[in-house]
Amino acid sequence: MPIVWAGEVTPKMKASAFAYARATSVANALELLTAHGEKAKVLSGGQSLLPAMNLRLIAPELVVDISELAELRGVVVKGGVLTIGALTRHVDLLKSPEIAAHAPLLRDAVTHVAHPAIRNRGTIGGSLAQADPASELPACMLTLGATIVVCGPSGERRIAANQFFAGIYETALTPQELLVAVELPVIPKSSTHFFHEFARRHGDYAIVGLAAQALVKDGQFADLRLGFFAVGDRPLLAKSAGKLVDVAVTPAVLAEASSALNDELDPLEDQQATPTMRRHLAKVLLTRCVSSLLARPDLCTGASA
Amino acid sequence: MTSARANSETLSALDRPNSYIGKTVPRPNLDRLMQGRGLYVSDIELPRMAHVVFLRSPHAHAKINGIEASTAKQMPGVIAVVSGRELSTVITPWVGVLSHLKGLKSAPQSAIAVDRVCWQGEAVAAVVASSRAQAEDAAELVSIEYEELDAVTDMRTALDPATAVIHASLGDNLAFERNHDAGAVDQAFAESDEVVEADFVFGRHTGVTLEPRAVVADWNAAEARLTIYQGTQAPHMVQNIAALHLGLKESQVRVVCKDVGGSFGIKVHIYADEMATYALSKLLRRPVKFVADRVESFNTDIHARDHRCKGKIGVNRDGTITAFEIDDLTGIGPYSMYPRTSAIEANQVVNLVGGPYATRNYRARARVVFQNKNVMCQYRAVGHPIACSVTEGLVDLAAMKIGMDPIEIRRRNLISDNAYPCASPSGLRFEQLSHHAALAKLIGMMDYDALRAEQVALRTRNIHRGIGIASFIEVTNPSAAFYGVGGAKISSQDGVAVRLDAQGSVICQTSITEQGQGSESLTAQIVGSVLGVSMDRVRVILGDTDNTPYGGGTWASRGAGIGGEAALQATKVLRKNILDVAAAILQAAPGELDIVNNAVVNAVDSTPRIELSELARIVYFRPDTLPPGIQAELMATRHFVPREYPFAFTNGVQASWLEVDIDTGFIKLLKHWVVEDCGTIINPQLVDEQIRGGVVQGLGAALFEKCVYDERGQLTNANMADYLVPMSGEMPDIDVGHVVSPTMESELGAKGAGEAGTAGAAAAVTNAVNDALRPFGTIITEIPLTPQVVLTALGRI
Ligand SMILES: Cc1cc2nc3c(=O)[nH]c(=O)nc-3n(C[C@H](O)[C@H](O)[C@H](O)COP(=O)(O)OP(=O)(O)OC[C@H]3O[C@@H](n4cnc5c(N)ncnc54)[C@H](O)[C@@H]3O)c2cc1C
Repeated sequence: MPIVWAGEVTPKMKASAFAYARATSVANALELLTAHGEKAKVLSGGQSLLPAMNLRLIAPELVVDISELAELRGVVVKGGVLTIGALTRHVDLLKSPEIAAHAPLLRDAVTHVAHPAIRNRGTIGGSLAQADPASELPACMLTLGATIVVCGPSGERRIAANQFFAGIYETALTPQELLVAVELPVIPKSSTHFFHEFARRHGDYAIVGLAAQALVKDGQFADLRLGFFAVGDRPLLAKSAGKLVDVAVTPAVLAEASSALNDELDPLEDQQATPTMRRHLAKVLLTRCVSSLLARPDLCTGASA
Repeated sequence: MTSARANSETLSALDRPNSYIGKTVPRPNLDRLMQGRGLYVSDIELPRMAHVVFLRSPHAHAKINGIEASTAKQMPGVIAVVSGRELSTVITPWVGVLSHLKGLKSAPQSAIAVDRVCWQGEAVAAVVASSRAQAEDAAELVSIEYEELDAVTDMRTALDPATAVIHASLGDNLAFERNHDAGAVDQAFAESDEVVEADFVFGRHTGVTLEPRAVVADWNAAEARLTIYQGTQAPHMVQNIAALHLGLKESQVRVVCKDVGGSFGIKVHIYADEMATYALSKLLRRPVKFVADRVESFNTDIHARDHRCKGKIGVNRDGTITAFEIDDLTGIGPYSMYPRTSAIEANQVVNLVGGPYATRNYRARARVVFQNKNVMCQYRAVGHPIACSVTEGLVDLAAMKIGMDPIEIRRRNLISDNAYPCASPSGLRFEQLSHHAALAKLIGMMDYDALRAEQVALRTRNIHRGIGIASFIEVTNPSAAFYGVGGAKISSQDGVAVRLDAQGSVICQTSITEQGQGSESLTAQIVGSVLGVSMDRVRVILGDTDNTPYGGGTWASRGAGIGGEAALQATKVLRKNILDVAAAILQAAPGELDIVNNAVVNAVDSTPRIELSELARIVYFRPDTLPPGIQAELMATRHFVPREYPFAFTNGVQASWLEVDIDTGFIKLLKHWVVEDCGTIINPQLVDEQIRGGVVQGLGAALFEKCVYDERGQLTNANMADYLVPMSGEMPDIDVGHVVSPTMESELGAKGAGEAGTAGAAAAVTNAVNDALRPFGTIITEIPLTPQVVLTALGRI
């Protein structure tokens, strides 16, 4: 999401003065957050936090650097659950064999997140906590039915992804809480996925994007989850996907789903697109996604929403 | 390479054995830059240096009713908070006009606004502190009371009687108007088989240099001298202007220009905040550093283009173009920039439209209006992309109208390669161009017929690709006709001094500057080749008014053509001087000797006679052993300026091959070709990269770049997330070919190559998009070609 400038043009490239603490453990981090509340900010990869501070869009009094907490890094598969530590970097998702095997959607999604230099530092926890509506990973969490694991002064909370994102840069996290991990159900072997976004340049935040996971049986969807992003103030798990499940998808069925999708969207206006254009592109994405997952090129020809 | 015209009869100084001319050799400054040993202005730290942050107006047009800075002045590290009025005691205002642009008017502009701000981003006060962070902290505590005034933002209504006049003293918002009428335009249109019209719209955009503008100004009261460290393209121009407005002699101002992180014309101007920094240093008697941040750069680096141009073309069914007519309108912000003025771009548009073509009938009007937006001025390929897009867009529309292939209509109308010298209907004089040779070469490189067949085949699969062609001319090597005749103290000549040091190496001081284009390299290549020494023995010094000859610098594609010729001529003199001494030492005739591989040799059989190092030793340390009456002069200086032609025009043609996704409006660039003719090529790789870099800047304009203002004059996308610069991921491969027609104005024969890429790239892309969209019966004549624009044209949204 673009930064909004309200006439402000006086130079800002150095952050306001702030105190810095390197957390020694999750418990230590939580102590610091409890003590300083809204005046503190957690630092993970710093790829969103530090630019915002240097532009003086935010001026925390204390930065709690958790980036050295090894306990929060890494990907583990156990009992049908894939657990990804909050400090797992975008580049780790890209390279992890566990992710490739059990959540290939994430690997595809990450190739669209920023550029290699940013992916080398940016973390999944930071991305989800940042909750940029144009961000790839939050939408994937909805699609994959993730549980967000959070630690706070009163212990652990487990929040379903569809309850976590609350608006532009807003989540269910309180200032005292730390996002520690996400848990994803391991996808069935026969599951397929589709990830695509429209962005003006490689690495830009999407104008509209779609992260989809599906079970296809005999040319029909047995299950279809469509996680759209950049179509509103938070990622959207489209209910209209239901119209495509357990039916023979014809152009008419697709058109109906498309129109249902249109009703679900509440896109914003920014420099790159009007709401009308976002609606149009979301529908194009839906068509291309369905056509690709069902291997039905016929659904695409001339069918431009 | 095709040589359109052989150079001279005999071998010149450039065709000597071991010549570096025409060879790709590594740039001598590469290692230094790659190892992080560059010295940019931001790297400079001086004792007692203070940092300035400018408070800038959030309003496009407002009265300044008060500046309250008492709390800010108490903040740690703060040295001063200075208003425009306070600063006006040390620096005078200026007016950006030139006498040869008849009727051009502008209002006095101050280093820091006094009483009134005229665009969002204009500086209102300066906060000077010991560190940048302290200055920013204090800036937050200055409160300024504004009273908003009506802002003039839409250039289309700027001249309406109902619109407010920005500078009452000027009477209206018209800065400049030029009318031109050649041949018999009305009659030509009346007699044409077809007449086609279109409105072309060009987005405002800017240069986005990687390194922002930056200045360290150091007033030394003891010496009564100001040293200015600045990333500028024209150090002597800066010296002149700073001295003029600070009440100093030029000898009291030294301008030092070390490494520069990109300029593209952005850094060839004098900006108010730079003037303010010089003045602050004088006022506070200490070094002051100003480094623009990115938002500030978007709001204050000059913008460019922002034209709306109506175009009209007449054509006969046999393809003959009968006439061109344009009516161009551009808005330049509240002041004409100093000292080059903001009328040059529109003036260039009038000069260049129709330039490649043979028709004699041409009418043009250009109007330049004031607005409450950031200032506009010259940026890479000034006026060329507008003129080229309008001309080439009209030519394609004409071809479409009569059902002729775009290549064929160009073949029938481009000025014939044998017609030179000749002049364009706007009066430009062409020495030798090669449009037809270039077009023929381009068609071969791109395999035009095969692409057309591929296009047809893909259409049946609902894939829509297009081919766009754009021929262009480029102004290079400007003489005094550009600025000097209008009264600006901007030199059109350049000078080079070369000397042999005591170990036989060469030190070369040149007045051209380096911002990454390879000025240092090409100078060393010329000096090394002409003298007969290896390049690693040549050290080039540039960018210091105390230590280089006087000259213009690097802009308007002039460095190689003008500075390069001065280097050639100076080195020829040094060579002669060396051979004279060698002859005396060796008791030979100078004509029997030559210099090859750092040694004096026999001209006939290259037998080594004396190493240059040995010769230098004798000259400098044992002159007593030289024959009586011999005084060696191992330093030589020459200057050069073109005198016969006001400009050395170059020409070329570009082609774009792209695909339009008609569902999404996204455009994928598949391939780009350029054939250009810059005369003698000194370093093929440097030329090709200049072309490619220029093309990329043109592709940015075509698809991505636009400064978006709202109706209140607020720039809404002043950051790198919203203002999209072209990035490598979206760029196609760019194939570059050459035709070589050297200019006879110089022995070197080089013309410029810095702007050719930018001149034609957007036109080629727009023509290709319209070619791809042919089945949909829509024509787009607006850039940038965003998905929103394409989908709207297709009626999809
Ligand atoms: C040029 C550029 C392009 C980018 N493009 C994209 C893109 O296309 N798509 C995309 O998704 N992202 C993009 N990003 C953002 C990038 O992905 C960031 O890495 C991500 O948004 C934040 O991750 P981080 O680890 O850097 O978090 P940080 O910057 O360290 O923190 C971000 C925010 O989250 C909070 N936070 C961080 N970790 C936690 C935690 N464990 N618990 C609670 N709160 C926490 C911080 O306090 C802060 O408010 C881009 C960034 C840049 C600079």
